[in-house]
Amino acid sequence: MRTIDCVIVGAGHSGLAASYFLEQSGIEHIILERGEIAHSWKNERWDSMCLLTPNHQARLPGFGYSGDNPDGYLTAAETVKFIEEYARFITAPVLCDQEVLSVDSTPLGFSIVTNDNEYVASSLVVASGACNRPSFPPCARKMPASIPGFHPLEYRNPEQLPSGKVLVVGASATGVQLAHEIHISGRPVILSVAEHVRLPRVYRGKDILWMMETVGILDEGYEEIDDLVRARSIPSPQLMGTPERKSIDLNSLSDLGIQIRGQLMDIRDYEILFSGSLKNHCELADLKMNRLLRTIDEWISKQGLDAEFDEPERFPGTRVEESPPLTLDLQKENIQSVVWATGFAPDYRWLNLPVLDRKGRIRHEAGITDWPGLYVLGTTFLTRRKSTYIHGAEDDAREVCEHLTGYLRKRSVA
Amino acid sequence: MTDTTVDNGVNVGALLDAREALTGTPEAGKFTWEASCRWISGTHSRSTCQAFYGLGEKQSHKQEFTFEADHPEVLAAEDNGATPVELVLVGLASCLTAGVAAVAQRRDIQLKSVKSTLRGSMDLAGILGIDSDIRNGFDGINVHFEIDADASHEDIRALVAQSQKRSAVFDIVTNPTQVTVEVN
Repeated sequence: MRTIDCVIVGAGHSGLAASYFLEQSGIEHIILERGEIAHSWKNERWDSMCLLTPNHQARLPGFGYSGDNPDGYLTAAETVKFIEEYARFITAPVLCDQEVLSVDSTPLGFSIVTNDNEYVASSLVVASGACNRPSFPPCARKMPASIPGFHPLEYRNPEQLPSGKVLVVGASATGVQLAHEIHISGRPVILSVAEHVRLPRVYRGKDILWMMETVGILDEGYEEIDDLVRARSIPSPQLMGTPERKSIDLNSLSDLGIQIRGQLMDIRDYEILFSGSLKNHCELADLKMNRLLRTIDEWISKQGLDAEFDEPERFPGTRVEESPPLTLDLQKENIQSVVWATGFAPDYRWLNLPVLDRKGRIRHEAGITDWPGLYVLGTTFLTRRKSTYIHGAEDDAREVCEHLTGYLRKRSVA
Repeated sequence: MTDTTVDNGVNVGALLDAREALTGTPEAGKFTWEASCRWISGTHSRSTCQAFYGLGEKQSHKQEFTFEADHPEVLAAEDNGATPVELVLVGLASCLTAGVAAVAQRRDIQLKSVKSTLRGSMDLAGILGIDSDIRNGFDGINVHFEIDADASHEDIRALVAQSQKRSAVFDIVTNPTQVTVEVN
């Protein structure tokens, strides 16, 4: 057994960012990693995956992208390298192959049991990731067993799927990217679309996420948000990272021949039932995109920078068939597989503390839980809109570690 | 945002309080709505609504509300009331309209008038059993809003879109619902 001031669970970008700040404050700590550094990025991403943020936004505390393609997008493999380099750069105290099996509270602090050791820590930072487990709609279990289903956690590339038609459920970044590559692999795709976020890849000559950062939208804090529960559950924006900086949206997917259907609501034997609300979901996405573009235009004008950027632009509204079919007969349509791009959930089954909400997420305010000494990092909109992205880890980790340092000081005085 | 003279007659504060309270006590948010119907004659029936269940106990409207339903003379009936499918349109219209008012209040938009016309199209070959490929119900519903408000056209479109997103009846008509029918 080893006693230590702080244990960080997970050596991804968030856990490493926390380590950077704890080191600066002289807090003794270790990082317990179930596998290897950047484990999820290495083992749980599809082959073609790229970061949504451009390379110049690949930043962690004290460290940034140093390659020669600032406008490109890191692949999953390059992201692994980036995070590994960072771990070396900060000489992070990572203990690999330490899967945390349980965390309990004891009078001495948190008792952490791994597959081959036990630790006692005065504080604990949970940075184990937001995408550990697949999330499915309840009706997914009614999908006929003869039609194999794939979740993005296990999907690697189209060749894994049987040949023939594919139903892709979900139109987040993941859903549209997978629909795109599966369809061009020669497997015709039907895409089921619920609420989604539409964004152009490039606006007025600049990457949209660079624009959102520059204008201050990515810095919006959790206290400024009207409906934080909703903000934390919004699907990722329809973006992909390609050298050509191509936009991807329902119009571009329709142009390829992908059939767009409403939200998957139920499955009755071999019949899929889609919602009749597709038009409204598209209208909401178009309206929100235009509101964002207007915010950007107004900011540029206010700064007097119109000459520095390309002309303002508005994109055609999302085209929806006049009466998109509300049902799909899996047998008649010869659907051979289903891809469930319906989201992810964190895995806290090892955390034996009463800190989870009814959806199994850790209750927290800006990463600080109501359990003294327990912190969380690396979840959507933790403190700011950018928390979702790699460069969001810096502010989140700094603030959480400041609080943690104060907590440990008070504790040692007491 | 609270410093405003916008008044659409919606108590948004109370609605937000209710949302807060129901987030903490999910059981209280489970409501059951009730309608009772009695056959009069032919296709004429009379339905009433008064009791419902919510906030953990029995509730009641201030009075009993009555709805006549029948079919028009062109369908060989006596036309003592709106058709049941028209009552569905009424439900959708009033739900979306209430939503528009609530969202407008929340967004500080003063409404001057909100009018809507709903059209549900249907091929009677379905209910008459002429063609089994034709469904009984609407093959589509078109809702046309005319809204006069102190807001841009885009903000008004956003009101209507948000109202659909939060509407119970919009959800009921656009999405499948399990219906269990028992006898005696």
